[in-house]
Amino acid sequence: MSSASSVKSDARPSTGSTRDKPANKWEAAADWTDGRLGIYSLAKANLRKIFPDHWSFMLGEIALYTFIIIILTGVYLTLFFKPSMAEVVYHGPYAPLDGIKMSEAYASTMDISFEVRGGLLIRQIHHWAAIVFVASMLVHMMRVFFTGAFRKPREINWVFGFLLLFLGMFDGFMGYSLPDDLLSGTGIRFMEGAILAVPLVGTYGQMFLFGGEFPGTDIVPRFFTIHVLLIPGVMLGLLVAHLILVFYHKHTQWAGPGKTEQNVVGMPLMPVYMAKAGGFFFLVFGMVAAMSAVATVNPIWAYGPYRPDQVSTDAQPDWYMGFSEGLIRIMPGWEIRAWGHTLNMGVFVPLMVFPLVLFAIAAYPFIEGWITGDKREHHILDRPRNAPVRTAVGAAWVSEYLILLIGGGNDLIATHLHLSINDITYFVRVGFFVIPVLVFFITKRWCLGLQRRDKEKVLHGRETGIIKRLPHGEFVEVHAQLPQDKLHKYTAHEQYEPMELPAEVDENGVKRKVGVLTKTRAKLSRGYFGEGNQIPKPTAEEHREITSGHGHH
Amino acid sequence: MPEEKLPEAHDASQGHEVAPHSDPFADPGLPAHEPRRTDIDERAAKRAERQVSLMFVVSMLATIGFIASYVIFPIDKIVFIFPIGHVSALNFALGLTLGVALFCIGAGAVHWARTLMSDHELPAERHPIEADDEVRNDVIEQFKTGAAESGFGRRKMIRNTLIGSMALVPLSGVVLLRDLGPLPEKKLDHTGWQKATPANPIPLINMNTNEPMKAEDIVIGSLTFAKPEGLEESDEDFQQNIAKDALMLVRIAPEDIKDKNSAELGFGGILAYSKICTHVGCPISLYEQQTHHALCPCHQSTFDLADGARVIFGPAGHPLPQLKITIDEKGFLVATGDFDEPVGPSFWERS
Ligand code: FES
Repeated sequence: MSSASSVKSDARPSTGSTRDKPANKWEAAADWTDGRLGIYSLAKANLRKIFPDHWSFMLGEIALYTFIIIILTGVYLTLFFKPSMAEVVYHGPYAPLDGIKMSEAYASTMDISFEVRGGLLIRQIHHWAAIVFVASMLVHMMRVFFTGAFRKPREINWVFGFLLLFLGMFDGFMGYSLPDDLLSGTGIRFMEGAILAVPLVGTYGQMFLFGGEFPGTDIVPRFFTIHVLLIPGVMLGLLVAHLILVFYHKHTQWAGPGKTEQNVVGMPLMPVYMAKAGGFFFLVFGMVAAMSAVATVNPIWAYGPYRPDQVSTDAQPDWYMGFSEGLIRIMPGWEIRAWGHTLNMGVFVPLMVFPLVLFAIAAYPFIEGWITGDKREHHILDRPRNAPVRTAVGAAWVSEYLILLIGGGNDLIATHLHLSINDITYFVRVGFFVIPVLVFFITKRWCLGLQRRDKEKVLHGRETGIIKRLPHGEFVEVHAQLPQDKLHKYTAHEQYEPMELPAEVDENGVKRKVGVLTKTRAKLSRGYFGEGNQIPKPTAEEHREITSGHGHH
Repeated sequence: MPEEKLPEAHDASQGHEVAPHSDPFADPGLPAHEPRRTDIDERAAKRAERQVSLMFVVSMLATIGFIASYVIFPIDKIVFIFPIGHVSALNFALGLTLGVALFCIGAGAVHWARTLMSDHELPAERHPIEADDEVRNDVIEQFKTGAAESGFGRRKMIRNTLIGSMALVPLSGVVLLRDLGPLPEKKLDHTGWQKATPANPIPLINMNTNEPMKAEDIVIGSLTFAKPEGLEESDEDFQQNIAKDALMLVRIAPEDIKDKNSAELGFGGILAYSKICTHVGCPISLYEQQTHHALCPCHQSTFDLADGARVIFGPAGHPLPQLKITIDEKGFLVATGDFDEPVGPSFWERS
């Protein structure tokens, strides 16, 4: 640096910029912004941030994009919807309901469907997107579960994701309650019964929620505020936190050549990921729009306005609430009456089991972490077969969900398959306890079988389909050695050893106290990693022994 | 778990440092980049470029189509489209054009990324989330200094009262919710029929005809719905009242009625049950003449109307409440009192 220029720069005020002249007006604009928002430092780390690629990573993206679609269409709908239960008489273009009394909420939903151009489409997109939203969250969650992506450092993000699913389901329920049609009114009635079943405070909860007796005139406006403001607000916060954590942790990746726990291999954010992910948003939006053009969902005009003494057939909630519906349908109607009080077990028990089914899965990362005692970070995904017990637990949970779904749709199944509704219910009552256990054992065995096959492949190579005749007449199939990258992939997973209880007596011969917790943990650990619950992976020695010289079969 | 029980720290996945010969399972490192067709063949690249642009052009056309449909199709035009059936032409056209417009942008972008943007996989390093010990100790030190300066640990009285006040203050929020609704009191125990007395009975009104009913109008095996006289659809609280008052009338041959008490509450084999399911409150609407079973469509609770509406299947916990009926001097069916117990879903205070 020449002395002249240094004098010049010294002469500037100390807060001034020492930056080179921008090359064009875009750079100038960027410089201006950077001076206020510090965008360069932000972009430095992120512009070429690496994203690994795998089709299953899309599932979370679908959830994100449908959430955005729901917000966009939801805002549009609020411009036309009147969340009021005041009575009006309908005189709109839909003739079958002409002259019928209904709430303003229902009437304005009719207007949106029949008088606002494009209103029906937006309603349909809103509803379809909600269905896809919950479905994709569920499947996304399964992906994360079955690959072990929830392990440290991502446990908290798992919980955020779980909360999003939980809130998403509830907001969906509130949403389809708003139009005040016959079907949604039935759903609200169901909710009233559930609240009344809560001992001690149930009746107070009911009066306060409904502003008096069922149905009253408060419930729709109240649900409206909760549906469009409270829950989406909380969800938005959770979603941002979820994404920040995804960004911060960086994506997980599958084991493979060049992929380690210390790196992440993939394509940079700009341009490839930006184009793919940005493009994918439009793909999803386009699909949902097309779906809404061809397939009708929630045709409220066919149900009619709500009346507490009427009911439509197919009184069904949306499928994602189906498992709670299943719970309420299969529970026997036990009622305990004593000391002038009634405990409605037939409703209260399902009401309690419902969150349990969900929370069990929310707590799983912490349970597994406790069992393995593993305090390290994990970024390489597990192939589901390599964690047989976890995979079996997940499969059992999914089967429980499905069996409850059958319970929830027993009337549809009965009419479509010509079965007795009572038989289906009895089947589900037993299946609730039996099927998950069956599924657990089947899945575990299946995983172990797949593990064995992997081991076989690693040690003996892959079958080529070529039969060779040996000089002494024997026929053998030629096996081809796996290439190194495959060998690596099949052996990259970790295997834990089961935890053993400390010796009964310590070195001084004094009897050790072993707590129940420790004992449980040792038992669980044996259940996960003990003999027969995982196949020991091939060792380098085994491989060398077999491949050195003779063993090509 | 003791450290030595854990798998060796990410053994196989650190293959870079291990010579491939010593470990057959070692990580061979990132595979070499394989060029795509569009990387080496300029003609293929040009074609891909045209395909991408074509999709964007289709999107533009579709958006124009969307606007055109909005203007062209009247909102009440219904068309038949195979295999969907009768649909609103406007909804169909708007949805499809919007779908295509959005989808093509997405497809174009993805196609562009896949064929023309670089597909070199790059590794990026990860850094442990945990801070190193120096940072950790430093922060803990700073925190301790701050805590010591506040005197939070030393002045126990301040600390405890602070915790106490913080724990109580949210209660104000809960108390403020009190006026969301009235107290339950005995509201759930009674229905609109409670004003009926033997001296001052309330006539039963047919739900369909809106007329009072004569006993002989009700034939054996039929199911009729009724409401109390004076409850009109135009009433402000009609919804709230019909949610409790709705009646279901059946006529069963007297010799078929199994429950004596139930027969006495009825009149000449006509029994008046609450229409509201005792499970969670759906209206019951399905009746099976031969068996006298009424089925709730919501969760399939099944009640035997010939046997005091006893629950014979499903999740309902107790029978349907019954209303005492008789006829007045002109032969019209009337109620002389309220239901024998609260109607609808059960609740804690219900005895
Ligand atoms: S409300 Fe009738 S069975 Fe549930």
